[in-house]
Formats: sequence, C-alpha cells, structure tokens
Amino acid sequence: MPYLGSEDTVRELRRHLSNPNVQSDPLRYRSSILKVIRAMSQGVDVAGLFSEMVKACATVDIVQKKLVYVFLCSYATLNPELSLLVINTLRKDCQDPNPMVRSLALRNMVNLRLPSLAEYVEQPLSAGLRDRAACVRRVAVLGWAKLHNLQPASEIDAAVVNELYGLLRDPDPVVMVNCLRALEEILKEEGGMAINKPITHHLLNRLGQLDVWGQCEVLRVLQRYRPQSESELFDILSLLDASLVSPHPPVMAATLSLFLVLCPDLPAVSFAALERVRGPLLAACGSASRETRFTALCHIQLLLRSLPGLMGAHYKRFFCGYAEPAYIKQRKMQVLVELVNDDNVAMLLDELRGYCTDVNADTAQAAISAIGERAATSHTRCTDPVTSHSAATDRCPPLSSAVVQTMRDLVWVCPQCSDTVCSALEGCEETLQDSQGRQALLWLLAVHGERVRSAPYTLEGFIDGVRGEASPGVKMELLTTTMRLFVCRPAETQDMLGRLLHHCIEEETDMCVRDQALLYYRLLRCGMEETRRVLGGRRSEPSLGVLIGRPAEPISQWASSFNTLEPLKQGAGETETTGRASPQHVTFDLDSDLSDTLNSGGFSFSPAGVQAPPLTLSLSPALSPEEFERLWTQRRLDYVCLEERIRCPAVPHCSPQSLQAAMQLVNIQTLAFTAAHASPWRVYLYTHAQQAAQEEVKVTLKQRPRDEKALQGFLSILTAVLHTLPFNTH
Amino acid sequence: MISQVFILSSQGDHLIYKDFRGEAGSDVVGVFYEKVTALTGDQPPVVMNHGDLHFVHVRQGGLYWVATTTADSSPFTLIEFLNRLAALVKDYCGSLCEKSVQMNFALIYELLDEVVDYGYIQTTSSDVLKNFIQTEAVCSKPFSLFDLSNVGLFGAETQQSKVAPSSAATRPVQSSREQGGKSEIFVDVIERMSVVIGSNGVVMKADVEGEIRVKCFMPSCSEMRIGLNEEFSIGKSQIRGYGAAVRVDECSFHQAVRLDEFSSSRILRLCPSPGESSNEQTVMQYQLSDELPSAPPFRLYPTIERDSGGRLLMYLKLRCDLLPRSAAINVCVTIPVPRGSVSVSQELSSPDQSAELKLQSRAIEWRIPRFPGGTQLSALFKLEAPALGPAPLMEVGPVVLAFELPHLTVTGLQIRFLRLSPVQPGPSQRWIRYVTHSDSYVIRV
Repeated sequence: MPYLGSEDTVRELRRHLSNPNVQSDPLRYRSSILKVIRAMSQGVDVAGLFSEMVKACATVDIVQKKLVYVFLCSYATLNPELSLLVINTLRKDCQDPNPMVRSLALRNMVNLRLPSLAEYVEQPLSAGLRDRAACVRRVAVLGWAKLHNLQPASEIDAAVVNELYGLLRDPDPVVMVNCLRALEEILKEEGGMAINKPITHHLLNRLGQLDVWGQCEVLRVLQRYRPQSESELFDILSLLDASLVSPHPPVMAATLSLFLVLCPDLPAVSFAALERVRGPLLAACGSASRETRFTALCHIQLLLRSLPGLMGAHYKRFFCGYAEPAYIKQRKMQVLVELVNDDNVAMLLDELRGYCTDVNADTAQAAISAIGERAATSHTRCTDPVTSHSAATDRCPPLSSAVVQTMRDLVWVCPQCSDTVCSALEGCEETLQDSQGRQALLWLLAVHGERVRSAPYTLEGFIDGVRGEASPGVKMELLTTTMRLFVCRPAETQDMLGRLLHHCIEEETDMCVRDQALLYYRLLRCGMEETRRVLGGRRSEPSLGVLIGRPAEPISQWASSFNTLEPLKQGAGETETTGRASPQHVTFDLDSDLSDTLNSGGFSFSPAGVQAPPLTLSLSPALSPEEFERLWTQRRLDYVCLEERIRCPAVPHCSPQSLQAAMQLVNIQTLAFTAAHASPWRVYLYTHAQQAAQEEVKVTLKQRPRDEKALQGFLSILTAVLHTLPFNTH
Repeated sequence: MISQVFILSSQGDHLIYKDFRGEAGSDVVGVFYEKVTALTGDQPPVVMNHGDLHFVHVRQGGLYWVATTTADSSPFTLIEFLNRLAALVKDYCGSLCEKSVQMNFALIYELLDEVVDYGYIQTTSSDVLKNFIQTEAVCSKPFSLFDLSNVGLFGAETQQSKVAPSSAATRPVQSSREQGGKSEIFVDVIERMSVVIGSNGVVMKADVEGEIRVKCFMPSCSEMRIGLNEEFSIGKSQIRGYGAAVRVDECSFHQAVRLDEFSSSRILRLCPSPGESSNEQTVMQYQLSDELPSAPPFRLYPTIERDSGGRLLMYLKLRCDLLPRSAAINVCVTIPVPRGSVSVSQELSSPDQSAELKLQSRAIEWRIPRFPGGTQLSALFKLEAPALGPAPLMEVGPVVLAFELPHLTVTGLQIRFLRLSPVQPGPSQRWIRYVTHSDSYVIRV
C-alpha cells in the first residue's frame, strides 16, 4: 500500500538521518530510525535509505542495532554491494563479550540472505556452535540450516553435520530442538536426519524438559522411527501416554499423530488412543479461542469417521453457543448430525430446531438441511420440526426455499413421511424466491400431486406467471409437473396444460424447454396409456439412505491428514454437498426421461439429444464388493479393456450422491467412491454385464464377455447420464 | 514452520510484517486481506490458500494475526502460537488493540525476532524473553493501580471488599522491573458458563469451563502453594467431606504444578523453575458438564401475544436466582424478534435500564447495569410490525443473556489460602479474584 508522497517521506527521513546534529544525539537518532521502520512496515518503499542505515548500524545501543537489522534484513538482497559494508560490523560484534550482542549479530548475518557473504559467515558460525552462551548456540545451529538453503548446491560439510549431531546432547533444550530442525533441513535430500534407536531414546528421555513447541517438533521427527520390537514399541507408547492427554492441544495432536503412525497394525491400540484424546479434544472444543475450537471440531470429525460412537455421550458439548461465528456453528451441526442415536434424538432435534430461526440465513439453512439429513436416516419424527417450521418461515425467502428443498430430499429417500410433507405443502406457494426452491416445490407437486388438494391452484399460479419466469429449469419442471398432474387429475388440469404447451411450443425461445413441450405433445398423441407408462417414474429411492449412514472407516483412511491443515480446508466443498446441492433432485429429469426410455424400449427422447442405446441393463445386478474387487483386479484375456474420454465438465463438480442417484436410475450400480477431493476422483461402477471405473472424464471399462455393441451402448448411457448432471459450481 | 507473520488491522492496514524464510513476497499481505474480506458468512476463514502458501489466522483484539506456511504444518501449533503471540504482545504492551500495536511496533519486531527464528518457534515464555527484550513499551495511558472509579464513595473500604480493578493485571510485564520494590501476585479464578434452558424451564445443558490463572510480579518467589476447597472432588464417584461438595468433571494442570499434596489436602504446589516459568500461567483448567451445584442464575418468564392492532406484546419477567448479597453486572438480554419488525416501545421497571431494537441483527437488546440476586425485573415491549408472517411467534427467541458475576464461581471453587515461600520481604499485594462470565446463556421461549 504505497502512501501518497512516499518519495517525500523518504527524502525527509534521509535528511534526518544524515543530519550530524541528529547523529550526535542518540535519542533523536533512534527515533529517526524508528520512523524509517514504521514507514517500512506500512508498506512504503524505503530501500533508498540503505546507505544511511548501514552507517547507523555501528552503535553500542542494542535497541538501535536491532532496529537497523530489521531494516537491513529486509533490503539486503536489493543492495548486495553495500551489504558487504555491514558484514565487518557484524563480525566484530560476534566477538563482543555480551552474548546477546553475539547472538544478534550471528542471526542477522545469515538473515541478510546473501550467498556472496557465505564465506565470511562460516567462521563465526563454527565458532558460534562452541559458544559458552546457549542463546548463541541456538542461533548458530539454525544459522547452518539457513546457510545451506542459501546455497543448496554446495557440498555439505561432514564435520558440521557431525558437530550438529553432537549438539543433540547439548544441555540447553532449545539448542537440541534446533539441531533437529537444522539437520532435517540440511539432510533433506537424504530423507532427513538419521533416527536410530539411541537418538530416539535420547529424545524421548528429554521430552519432559522441552516446552510445547519443542515437544511437537520432537514428536514430529519421531514419526519416522520404526521400533525394532514390540516391547520397545510399547515402552515408547507408555512413555508418551502422559503427553496424549496433555492440556496443550498441539502436544496432544502431535502425540496422537505419532501413535497412529507407530502402530498402524494394532487397531486396538489406536482405538484406545482415540478414546484417550477424547477429553483433551473436547476441552479444546470449549477453548476460549474460537480458532482452536474450530480446529478441534474439524479433527473430531476425522475421528468420528472411524469411531462414530466416540462422542455419543457428550453430544451436548456440540450445542452451538449464541455468539459463535457461523462457520463454527455449521461444523457443530455436522458433528451433531453424526451423533444422533435413539436416546438423544428428541433432545438433538429440539436443539437443531432452535437454530432454524438463526439470524444468519446460512446457519438457518444448514440447520434445516441437517434436520432433513437426519430424517433421511429413517427417524421419522424428524419431519415434524421441518413441517411445523415451514409454516413459521413462510415469509422469509431463503429459509422457506431451504425447507421445501429439504422436504423434497426427504420424500425421495423415505417415502413413509410423504403424508406429513403433503399436508405441509398446502399453502406454501407464493413466497418462493429462488429457482431451486420453486423447482423443488414443483417436483413435490408432481410426485404427490394427487394428495395435495390445492395442487392445481398452485400450478395455475405458476403457469400464469410462466412468461415472467427466467429459469429454463423451472419451466421444464413445470411442464413435467403439469403432465404428471394431468395423468392423475385430468379434469382440473386439462385447460392449463393446454395453455402451457401452447406457450412453450409457440413462444418459448429456450430450445430445451420447447423440445420438451413438443415431446410431451407428441406423447399425448400416443394416447393416455403410453403417457402414463412414460411418466410414471419412481417416486422415492429408499436405498439411497445407505450412503448417508456411512460405515466406520479404518483409521488409515485419515491418519495421514490428522494434525495437518487438510481437515480445516475441506469445509466449503463438504457443506456444498450436504447443503443446497439437493442431490436427489437432479435425478428427476432422468427419472422421467432416461430410465423410462430404457424401460420402454425403442421410444427415446432426452433433452441433450443423446441417442438411447439398444441395450437394457438388468434391474438390480447383485455383486458383492469382494467379488467386484476380484473381478476388477483380474487380468484375463476375455476382458475388453477400454478407455474412453467423455467430455463432461459437470463431473468434477457434482457430489457422489447425485452421481450415484443418476447412475442408479439407469441400473448402473455404484460400488465405491474415492474421497471427495482426491484427484483423480474415481468412481467404481458396475452393472449386470459390465464394470466401469471412471476417472474424471476418462472412463475405463472392463467387460466380460466381449461384446462390442453392448459396450458402445453402455458408454452412451453413461455419457447421457453424465451430461444430465447439474453443473453446479460454487 | 512459519514462513511469514503479519498483523493487520481490521481495515487492512499493515501493522507488522516479518518474513522469516524468504519464501513469499510481501504482496501476499494484500492477497490475504482480499481473501478474508471476500469470504461469505458460512465459509470457514481460519485456513486459506494462495497457490501453495497457506494462511492461518486468528482474530484477537480486533486485529488479524496471520501466519503463512508452505509446508503442511500442524494447525494446532500454528493457532496456539498465534494466540500465544497475541498474549505476549498484550503482556508487553499492556493492552491489545490497534493503537498499542502501532505504538509498540519496534517492541513487537524485537519480540518476533526472539520468538521465531527461521520459521521455528524458539520460546514464548515471557520470563525468558524478558532478558532479551530491550525496547520499552509505550503505554497509551499511565498505569494506576488504584483506579479511582473502583474505590468506594467514602473511601471506607474494608479489606475483604477491596478488589483490584480488572485492568490491574494488564500492564507491561517489564514495568515490574523498574517498580522493583512493589511485588504483587494476582490469582484469578475465571469461569465461563454455557447454559441452555428449554421453553418449559428445564435446564437442557449446563457446562462450566473454568481456569485458575496466576500472574506473578514477584522477583524472588520460588514456590507458591495454593489451597483449594477441601471438599473439592473430581469426577462423579469421588465425594469428599460432609459439606456441599465442589465437584468438577475433568481437571488438568500446568506441567509446573506439583500435585503431591493435592490428593490429601487439595493444595497445588507451583514451583516455577528458573527459566521456564512464564509470568502468567494457567495453573489449572477444569470443566463441569450437565450439572450445576446451584440453580441457574437467571430465569425468564415470557408472555408473548398479538394484540388486535397487529402489534406484538412481549411481557418479560426476568428473575435473578443468585444469593441476595451477590449481583450480576453488565447484563445484556438479547431477544430476537420476527422479520418485518419496525419499531418498539418499551416499559422498563427502572430508569437505569435501557432497551433498543437493533434492526440489523433483528433483536431487542435490553441492558441492565446491575442486577442484584433474589430480585426480579420486568419489561414490556410493544413491537410494531406491519408485515408479520403467519407464525411470528416462532421467530421470537431464543433469548440470550450475557452477563458477568463478580466475586462468584458457579462451581463454588474457592482459594483457601495462598502461601509464598520464601517469605517475601517487604510489603506485597495479593489479589484473589473470582469472576464468572456467560459464554452462551440461552433461554428458549
């Protein structure tokens, strides 16, 4: 942020610094230097004052020295020649009787980051390693690491490395930890320093003398050690037990990380360790610092992936505080949803319901989706809050839309709650502002139209306003809904269907909408029976519930990302899929299009203009995961192995659920997904005769027995499905 | 491993910038501010990416404290470090705000230089650092222990009721050096309670998190002994003594605390080993969940109805269930109101209270400066809302209370005694203070 008139500032400062009167008065001189540093940290370019500052470096005043060094280290790389002048002062300071001056000079000598100065620096650094004062040794040790990184190509001096190894036994704990850090940097190419048994035991024994940061460093380095015997392993583990329940979250996290690395083959030990850290983690969740809370919450989510029951008894600790920021509330809700069991469901729902009226619309929306998600796993009572809430929030557009979308998702996965939803649908029409919500409402009317008394009136309102409707998605949904309603309630809807079709065919400019209208028109001419057969798609998909209540994963799935920044980052993507993305909804177009197409044989239509293949996939091919794996890895001659590229920009952006739902409609079963953000993202699919794995847009197919025609058919179905996926970018 | 550390004001002004490893330029400061202000409400801001550079930041004192790193470091460490850095700056500068950071930038650069070297954290103990830091802190206002506002009207304060002002401990650590003779010790017992009371008056959740914090300005103190209530017990099974037990669920201690006398007589022995102890320590942290030893401090009896003119009448009775001799201060009751509310007219029971409708947060804020135990206050709010939805009553609440309970711990934890050894020469001041804050006190209506 360059200030206005920064040149004037620099000129003024230079005048001050070179004024002999100022120079002779230490206090005024120091305050001029202070002004320079202040200007520097405000973003003014004060590089022009370098020579004046070099002069100011030669002083006995330590405060002034420190200030000048701050300046010099920032600008030395721009003025390598002038910096040579400083080095003499610095080398002289390295002989100073005051250890503080020595360490200061030594540190800043290397911080100048000038490779040309390396030859002047090595000697003081070597001397620094043997200095009496610990603070000088600390600086000297790290100095070697800095020096090495300045000239990465240069030879590593074996004598220095040996000396550093020797300094691991230094009485000062910080020197020891700095040695670890320096050795790790210097020996990076060789894979870091050697961690053998004596070093490990030495480090473990000194763990108690170190502060929090030192302990974390040692624990991190020890991750590379492999104990030679089981008894040694258990000795180490029992030694570390105290730090596992350390009140300092960094130590606790580093220890757990080490535990998970040390015993990947002993799940019982790992699980016991997870149980042990529950207390400290929960304490971190209630920490005064909200950032610490957030970090702890993210890591608890990781733990819950393997031990879903870990926090069950402590669900109240995840109730949101009023003043907490939205991002913490949402994480807490995600955790709460995982913790629901039969005992606490009433309590939890009541709590979640309280969040639905949150002032922050995002939080409220997340709460509604959370209730819906909970409901989807067959706790039928969940619908009550959603429906009673829908009445309450009619007036506030974003909420109401969220409620309708949640109800739609709910009906899709658990048909038993459709009665409640239907009764709530009466009178929930005029206030929906966004197209997502309107689409959801239309879908609900289409599927359960015969049970909602006011459905035709609601629909009529939509049809009257169709001219003002901007979203083609809503229009297509409206067409389908009117058609479906016409099938079950012809008398009430005939007139408006006529008007709608007329409008869409004669006046509509969007090709997709017009095509669909034409299609329905032709369909109607085929007769009522045919229409009913085509439109009578599936109304719910109970099997989707399986994906939501996911099974416990092995610890190794997430162990490597524990105590890294990874878990804190995935937030945005995850809420996208559980939130508004409305996975099930997208399947509707397919529902009425593709699957029916397949069922009804030759009769084909689809908005994207994909040719329906002459291939029928069996309804529910059964294949166990083990069987799939066996077949997939088997390399036999009678397989066709084919790699095909399908251009489909939507795939990387869509959620696993929506992909699965889409695939299921055309009778392709989804077996497994890789984690949502893994790259390449793989989906393992199988169907009756074929198996396919999909890699972003590259599809690998293996087929048995060979059948070129069926293969092409399968591919075109897959392409069609992929093209109909929603293109939702955040 | 930390690549850079910088401090920004909430307006994005660069206050402090220090590069430790030369891995990224100073232009990332601007990038950070753009990113953090562009976030929408529901995106977690703590960790952000720019290329392969990660920003980790905390907010303290209205400032952004940011660390950048290229390696995948431990988030716990980075966040703890930034919090600790903020605490250090507060220790050295006396208070934590944009002004104090601006005035003391030289001191903060010096601190950063000693705390982090080449991206590795060296030490954050203010005792060790005291030996290295040379710059004097610039205080915005001179420190005075006896803040006049806290002395009673006639100056007739008894020893028991004398309390150090809450700002007493917030002063630069270094000033203890010149003050020399004056030795002081502050022992604070601070509890934060979060409570949820259901609409039927049942306590649905009650958690207390507490800590004992010691801040010692004694040059020659080698050991201190802090005695807690004798009937203090940890966990559910263990009950001690015959009186009302003071119980907590979980308890953890600072590593410098010796517990050899703890199980027998509940004494914490604190031996600050030279070079390790910091000036301010959290000696003990404890939690109590689900079970308060006494009734929750506040109860609310709301009556909400719509009158014929479409207005919403809210009649609130708030009772304070503390003992009569204690009182809550700075009570702020926040009542969320339905969308479409325009204005409010109010009838409060005493003139020192105030209430106003905050349209931005869609809530009425009712402020009560002092609320003695055993009393009851009432308020009538008439809410003018021309465009109410069909079910506005559902949008009222939950009511949230923020308050402070001085001289009181909800768990009942007390410090029996505080002994210092060797016996301190000269006069010394010992302050033992109790306070309970509301972390989140929610009453559903």
